[in-house]
Amino acid sequence: MTSLLMIVLTAALINNVVLNQFLGLCSFLGVSKQTETAASLGGAVIFVITIASGVANLLFTFVLEPLELEYLQTIVFILVIAALVQVVEMFLKKSAPALHKALGIYLPLITTNCAVLGVALTNVTNEYGFFESILAGFGTAAGYTIAIVLMAGIRERVEDNEDIPECFKGAPIVLLIAALMAIAFAGFANLNV
Amino acid sequence: MNKYTERIRNGVITENPTFIMMLGMCPTFAVTTSAINGFGMGVSTLVVLILANWLISLVRKLIPDQVRLPAYIVIVASLVTVVQLLIQAYIPFLYDALGIYIPLIVVNCIILGRAEAYASKNPPVLSIFDGLGMGLGFTIALTLIGLVRELLGSGTAFGVQIMPAFYQPIGIIVKAPGAFLVLAIIIAIMNGAQVQTHANEKVEGCDGCCATCAQGCALSGAEKEKEGERV
Repeated sequence: MTSLLMIVLTAALINNVVLNQFLGLCSFLGVSKQTETAASLGGAVIFVITIASGVANLLFTFVLEPLELEYLQTIVFILVIAALVQVVEMFLKKSAPALHKALGIYLPLITTNCAVLGVALTNVTNEYGFFESILAGFGTAAGYTIAIVLMAGIRERVEDNEDIPECFKGAPIVLLIAALMAIAFAGFANLNV
Repeated sequence: MNKYTERIRNGVITENPTFIMMLGMCPTFAVTTSAINGFGMGVSTLVVLILANWLISLVRKLIPDQVRLPAYIVIVASLVTVVQLLIQAYIPFLYDALGIYIPLIVVNCIILGRAEAYASKNPPVLSIFDGLGMGLGFTIALTLIGLVRELLGSGTAFGVQIMPAFYQPIGIIVKAPGAFLVLAIIIAIMNGAQVQTHANEKVEGCDGCCATCAQGCALSGAEKEKEGERV
């Protein structure tokens, strides 16, 4: 039990996907202007990554391993993820229109978010089983959501500040915020469950 | 200057993928903990870029427009797998150092970006030079950033002790927060020097973002077209 909890906590806080592994930086820097949008994107990411890590694990265990095609994992994973996002979007559109409305526009954006592929590949490297993969995927995505919502919250307060030097406006100040957040998250490294 | 050397100049200086276009930032942050890691990542990307540009340019008239992005992804992913296996076999220390970031070259915005923006519209040889220029620009940028971080954070350059003995290395520079810190300062210096970068546009939203986002937009665009047909 503790080890499963540890997988989630490690993925979410200690090895934070954005601040420690630098995956999904594009959307982290691009879609973090408002807390609300950031939270919706986070929700969509949790949804997709959790499903994708489960599917990737099943594929690896039941298709690639028996056929001894492990070296094809990168190609297979990226295609499956792209297809999966389309399927999820169509499924949501039919069966859960409200959820689709909330997450819809963000789903295609996630297709090639490197975090999705990153989690699938890391799970294989760590030799996680099915449930461990899903938990690790969920934890990683939760960590992404925490980071992007915090970032949006800080940016809402900081962006209009007149005291920021001209050359630090825009990207540099966002990166500085990210640096401070990364320092704060480094504190989780000593977390023991 | 002929059009071939112009392509290389374009990649290294005019449209440098890292400093001017701000593309492929994930590996830029992740692997520049030392000059040699940055160089290794740069060269791996360079090889994939040249081959991907060449192959995509060769088949550019055979691939139907609607499925071009999935087709490009398959080509790039195959090339990345080949490069990954080669590194694993011949340069194991680099394989250990770069780890998951080697397969993640697939989603590097620079590669799909050049495929979409250049190789899909231009002849093979020119595309090779375009890939060479962009790859060189990326390699130089990653090596430079890696060198700065290694010098400040470990006091070495390419593993050789450079800083005098009394220099106390700033450990945080080679850790995760240091990547954000160094990049923030580099972009701020470029802003101060009035170099026109695409950094600020990128932060505005998806539009200035990378090719992967563009792909997302392209996919949703294709969907809308389908819906239009149904209506």
